[in-house]
Amino acid sequence: MVARRLADESVQPASFAFTAENAKWAEWKIGLYPAGRQQSAVIPLLMRAQDQDGWVSRATIETIADMLGMAYIRVLEVATFYTQFQLKPVGTRAHIQVCGTTPCMLRGAEALIEVCKHKIHHDPLTPNADGTLSWEEVECAGACVNAPMVAIFHDTYEDLTAERLEEIIDAFEAGKGDSIKPGPQIERLHSAAPTRTTLLEAPSAKREKFIPPAPPADAAAPAAPAAAPQAPTTAAKPKDVSEESAPALKGTPKAAKVSEAQAEGERKAAASAADANGQPNKAMREGAVGAESDASKVDGGKAPGKASAAAPADGASTAGIKKSRTIIAPRANQTEVNPVAEKGGLAPLFAAQAGAADDLKLISGVGPVLEGKLNALGITRWSQVAAFTAEDIAKVEETLNFKGRVTRDDWIAQAAALAKGGEAEYVRVFGKKPR
Amino acid sequence: MLADKDRIFTNLYGQGDWTLEGARARGAWVGTKEFIEAGRDWITSEVKASGLRGRGGAGFPTALKWTFMPKVNDGRPHYLLVNADESEPGTCKDRDILRHDPHHLVEGCLLAARAMDAHLAFIYVRGEFIRERQRLEAAVEQAYAAKLIGKDNIHGWDLDIIVHHGAGAYICGEETALMESLEGKKGQPRLKPPFPAGMGVYGNPTTVNNVESIAVVPEILRRSGAWFSSIGRANNTGTKLMCVSGHVNTPATFEEAMGVTFEEIIEKHCGGIRGGWDNLLAVIPGGASVPCVPGEKMRHAVMDFDGLREVGSSLGTAAVIVMDKQTDIIKAIWRLSAFYKHESCGQCTPCREGTGWMMRVMARMVEGRAQKREIDMLFEVTKQIEGHTICALGDAAAWPIQGLIRNFRHVIEERIDQYTWSSTSDGAVPSIAAE
Repeated sequence: MVARRLADESVQPASFAFTAENAKWAEWKIGLYPAGRQQSAVIPLLMRAQDQDGWVSRATIETIADMLGMAYIRVLEVATFYTQFQLKPVGTRAHIQVCGTTPCMLRGAEALIEVCKHKIHHDPLTPNADGTLSWEEVECAGACVNAPMVAIFHDTYEDLTAERLEEIIDAFEAGKGDSIKPGPQIERLHSAAPTRTTLLEAPSAKREKFIPPAPPADAAAPAAPAAAPQAPTTAAKPKDVSEESAPALKGTPKAAKVSEAQAEGERKAAASAADANGQPNKAMREGAVGAESDASKVDGGKAPGKASAAAPADGASTAGIKKSRTIIAPRANQTEVNPVAEKGGLAPLFAAQAGAADDLKLISGVGPVLEGKLNALGITRWSQVAAFTAEDIAKVEETLNFKGRVTRDDWIAQAAALAKGGEAEYVRVFGKKPR
Repeated sequence: MLADKDRIFTNLYGQGDWTLEGARARGAWVGTKEFIEAGRDWITSEVKASGLRGRGGAGFPTALKWTFMPKVNDGRPHYLLVNADESEPGTCKDRDILRHDPHHLVEGCLLAARAMDAHLAFIYVRGEFIRERQRLEAAVEQAYAAKLIGKDNIHGWDLDIIVHHGAGAYICGEETALMESLEGKKGQPRLKPPFPAGMGVYGNPTTVNNVESIAVVPEILRRSGAWFSSIGRANNTGTKLMCVSGHVNTPATFEEAMGVTFEEIIEKHCGGIRGGWDNLLAVIPGGASVPCVPGEKMRHAVMDFDGLREVGSSLGTAAVIVMDKQTDIIKAIWRLSAFYKHESCGQCTPCREGTGWMMRVMARMVEGRAQKREIDMLFEVTKQIEGHTICALGDAAAWPIQGLIRNFRHVIEERIDQYTWSSTSDGAVPSIAAE
């Protein structure tokens, strides 16, 4: 908390009025909020008043309270609570707000504060002799990757050094604040790394039209099996996925769940397809840093977004559509399906057995939840569990996300006993009742 | 590593055109009508399938949050409130969405509003983001003009968007304080229950979401939840904007897949640690309010919710603050204490008094003017603040200090020894008891 009070009576103006333009704006702003909720506009109005006069006076608070039908004390509370409101006059040409919070401090904000103390005034929020400049230390202003930074009125000046801040202060003092370009003060595109390693090199996909997946009612219907046979083609030749078929497939969320490995495979397939077409492979960005640094060389080091967007232009942008389609295409073939990825439901791994299901819960280690999952995998009988091979165990454990569960609890021996003679046999073998 | 085609924010650095034209060329506003027609449940289920967890810090599943909204309208209007009050030190990701990809957010608002039956959305932008707010207001105007939102728009779901702003109060990032502030009051958090989904803005059902959570929704629907969930690890899916500040060679904001290691993002995007990996002291991996992690533990840590919990910290907003061995870590944490002292809203005594108390003790520890038993006492006090306040600011103020004491106690003790040693050499032993 910070104790903030209104300025001394000696500097308080007698009255406050919005300019005609601002009054009109205020009326519009108040009208935006639901009827009877005009109090919501108090912060925007106070801010507009501060933009107009440079600070918030007692008269401002009272005028705005009257406009909004609020008690004076409520507006006073707001004005003193929010630290962006200046309750005393600040520098007329510039009020420099230096961010001093840790990310900026780590990159040299303390040196900036020294500059302000030296050039403006030893104390924050105190205008210099001419009343033209003032400064204060503010808490994180939200430009941390461009630290250290200052904010002057509506603009931020980022990636500063002490010398550069002195130049900026001099420019504002001379009334030439407009000559300084806001934003990063070093060679850099906003918050991108100066080396531009994180810039996008591939043009983004253009979408002319989009056919969304079917609504849930249809998706619930067994569309999945029908869609599956188409899949092999898509994986091999991702570009062949047509606009029409892909969204239809997409409507079946289970089928569309792509395991990471397969998505990767498809990306590679798409990449090689792109190569074959003579498309620049960097669009795929498989080779991360290497590809990027090459790309920036090609660009000649200027306007990366533009240059790279221009190069692959038309061809690649349509390819882009289809590439993005490939991700949502279903998997190529059933044997590659990774059931773990299908969180929604489990695909059967085993052929379901005829006959009534056994109570799998009798196997120690299997509860109602696991039983349900096993049933979903096609395992309903003790005899099936008893016949597990090592491979089966691995599959089941992977699917159920229980490493070592089957062997640790010795499901096979338990199931064998149960399959042979039910509970009686279990008691004979293990010397206790199941469960 | 994230491929270019899997990126959602394709104009993150403002290298392209931010306007409606440009956003459409990059694929925004395509298929929106079909998504709206597919209905509330379909949108929610697709977002649920994507595994999207809230991007504002707590990581609560977004779709689940939406389902808390009343199913049957009881006559009160529903509201969507987008939290663009990004003030966590280290965090500057939403800023780039607001100024360079605002149409992602506007479109996301429409779709999210459909998913919660809302016809009015508020976007609360922090007061310091003036240019960003102007950009967003312009984007909203463009969407109105093109009849993409508003009454009787082409999508068939009426939605008004009000861009509101704050005036420099960190606490307004807390969802109930955000609502108080939007109502034109001091931003002091409310007690929960009642929860916002039952009683939010103006007493009506409200859902509060982070900018990034809403802005990724259109792409999730276009490419399917399965696509989003195929990126990253289970429970930690999708892409994430990360901002790395502090002692790296090239600080940057970038979009990356969840689940890559800290070493990978630093090497790929940030040009390495200043002075090499051996020079890494500590990392604050998720914005100021998460505990710091010693460098050697952090190097191979996985950048997602679960991965960072394993090293005793948290992903938070994925705002990484890197500190090398030239850093005075006690001072860095003291500056965070000063930040929390400044930003405490003053409502709960443990926080109002405790943050100032902690800051003053920390200030003495920066000099070494303390006794070693006070380290334990400070730790004890942080424990008494944590969990005893209405909102999480008390916790957030306590955790950095706890992280410091847990991991760097020896540094504090050396500093105290150093001070005592220097003092006796002067012949003047400071009286700590008098403090």
